[in-house]
Amino acid sequence: MEPGLYQLLFISAALFFIGVYGFFTRRNLITMLMSVELVLNSVNLNFIAFNKYLWPGRMDGLFFTIFVIAIAAAEAAVAIAIIINLYRSHQSIDVENAEELKY
Amino acid sequence: MKGATIIFYLLATLTLVCGVLSVTTRQIFRAAIYLLFSLIGIAGLYFWMDYQFIAAVQIVVYVGGIVVLIIFSIFLTQQAGEKLPKQRIDRKIFSALAVFCAFALTMLQLYQHTFYETADEPVPATVANIGNRMLSVKEGGYALPFEVVSILLLAALIGCIVIAMRDKTMNIEQGTLNKEVEKGK
Repeated sequence: MEPGLYQLLFISAALFFIGVYGFFTRRNLITMLMSVELVLNSVNLNFIAFNKYLWPGRMDGLFFTIFVIAIAAAEAAVAIAIIINLYRSHQSIDVENAEELKY
Repeated sequence: MKGATIIFYLLATLTLVCGVLSVTTRQIFRAAIYLLFSLIGIAGLYFWMDYQFIAAVQIVVYVGGIVVLIIFSIFLTQQAGEKLPKQRIDRKIFSALAVFCAFALTMLQLYQHTFYETADEPVPATVANIGNRMLSVKEGGYALPFEVVSILLLAALIGCIVIAMRDKTMNIEQGTLNKEVEKGK
């Protein structure tokens, strides 16, 4: 089968739901963050695939991808700062142990 | 079968298999490494689609930045060789079922839908074209989002430092504690 838009959308949807599965089952904050990264990457793949196969005359999907990557980097940095702070106060990064919002 | 097709399916397999392993393995360090290979597979798919700039950004920001950050935080918070606790089996089954149903629904919708291409002349995604569009203030330019994102990155940078900074009081307590320990010796 010649790969085209549908194959790319299949990969992207599969990756999205792999990320969602990880988000449901994991209870460790770092692994949950990894699942979110997978979801964001699947969205980026979707944008690029649509840009290449449906709107090759414009580059809007490409710019959306660039901005999503920038915001994902900022999000990961803030999340890891929060995780390290949580570890300092609770000695654990399991979401089951982080019950109160303020220590 | 053409070479490009084979490469596409190899990259797709790499991405999906490493993604699945990354969310199912019980060793957190391995999860990070599988995530790394999954992201490299996606960068390969961008190369395959002829979007070299996005592929390079993906490798620099994700593979070189975010995964390294995640690995550092694993080193800071996790004991070596410790496995993640086992999940309850019912939670796993329900999540897998929900995810599979949603995936099947999405794919069903997708294959019933027909997409229409526009007949525009393709614009090559070269760095020069991207740069001109990115900093253009005319219609279709992205100068305003570019500036907004730069402010956001600055805010995130300062926010991270403030959140992760040790309290001054905590430092003082630590200092007095250390002095007491030294006196005790």
